[in-house]
Amino acid sequence: MASAAKKLLMDPFSDNNPITVQVLGICSALAVTVKVDTAVVMTLALTAVVTLSNVVISLLRNVIPSGIRMIVEMAVIATLVIIADQLLQAFLFDISKQLSVFVGLIITNCIVMGRAEAFALQNPPKASLLDGLGNGLGYGFVLIAVASIREILGFGKWFSFQVLPDSYMGNGLALLAPGAFIILGLLIWAQRTITKKVEE
Amino acid sequence: MREDTRTIIFAATVCVACSLLLSGTAALLKERQDANKAFDVQRNIVKAFGVSIDGATRESIQQTFEKQIAEMVVDATTGMVIDGAKVDELTSEELAGKTKLPLYTWSDDGKVTKYAFPVSGKGLWSMLYGYLSLNTDLETVAGISFYKHGETPGLGAEIEKDWFQSQFKGKQIYQDGKPLEFAVTKGSADKLPDEQKIRTVDGISGATLTGNGVEKLINSDAALYSKYFNNIKGN
Repeated sequence: MASAAKKLLMDPFSDNNPITVQVLGICSALAVTVKVDTAVVMTLALTAVVTLSNVVISLLRNVIPSGIRMIVEMAVIATLVIIADQLLQAFLFDISKQLSVFVGLIITNCIVMGRAEAFALQNPPKASLLDGLGNGLGYGFVLIAVASIREILGFGKWFSFQVLPDSYMGNGLALLAPGAFIILGLLIWAQRTITKKVEE
Repeated sequence: MREDTRTIIFAATVCVACSLLLSGTAALLKERQDANKAFDVQRNIVKAFGVSIDGATRESIQQTFEKQIAEMVVDATTGMVIDGAKVDELTSEELAGKTKLPLYTWSDDGKVTKYAFPVSGKGLWSMLYGYLSLNTDLETVAGISFYKHGETPGLGAEIEKDWFQSQFKGKQIYQDGKPLEFAVTKGSADKLPDEQKIRTVDGISGATLTGNGVEKLINSDAALYSKYFNNIKGN
């Protein structure tokens, strides 16, 4: 893979991760990470939305009138999110019940709007596609990491399979939002220590 | 072309494109989504009748539902079955106001052996929806299921778990035609005197308010249906 493309795709996993570095998308990172399966579906939904919205916005970048730029971005994103939500209700009903409002709230996820504004508006479709894919998966990477820790600590399970002995008493804190905050904070700390990123 | 005109045309085009896409998707998927929702209701009614649905396929649950379960509508004020009324045809006002009540019966070999009715009420964060079934003595619970709620995962959301629901089996909600005061308690229900034990289940630690909601909704809905059960008892 060409190095520029690779950088677009891989950067969001670590050096420029939307959650741990840019601290975006925290709301859903707390809400849907109780179990790994919901985190995976959320990752897929968000990745699909941010990738497609990046491509569409990038294709339109030269014709969007500047005065209504943001509204148009919002309309594109909202349309994609509603379609994703409808698809989940039709094909993954049980998981869509668990994700409830959070699929709809992808619309307000700063990562999607952020990538459209910061990247897709200035770059051609192919690069925007890779950027969307990278950011969606980078977000999902953290989501699944948090969900894994929470599900194992909280239920003794991973992906609904028992991984700790039956005698393990679930840790209720890990299942609540404060537990997710603590885990996310530790992850951010660990990640920033490794990449030696310092806040300016 | 002037900039304003261009902007308006662009905006209109985007709106039309988006709305076409959305209505297209909604129309295409509606049938499947409705089928999912209807099946979810059926599955939970079967579960409320105390039948295990673990590992059961969609087809087998639907077959069970069609073969053994009949539905009818009861008038809340008289407690009589309304002839020809169907649960699907109830309006949302009738359902929410609980003036006309859905009722399900489970038959084995053509004989009704269990009755089930929907229960709903406020939990801590959300409305709780479920079904409760009664044995033919019309006093003891055959099963319960909760299928829709927005309670805290790991705490209030435990109401959808088997350990919580299985406790309801054999508990009494009516005595001699009158609703008993059902309770969700702190600590172990087994340690209570028999008179209380029979109408009490263990609550969930950390979810007292959800438990209070469950207690309240069972009591209020049991009172609603007591007329009907007294009517059929008289016969």
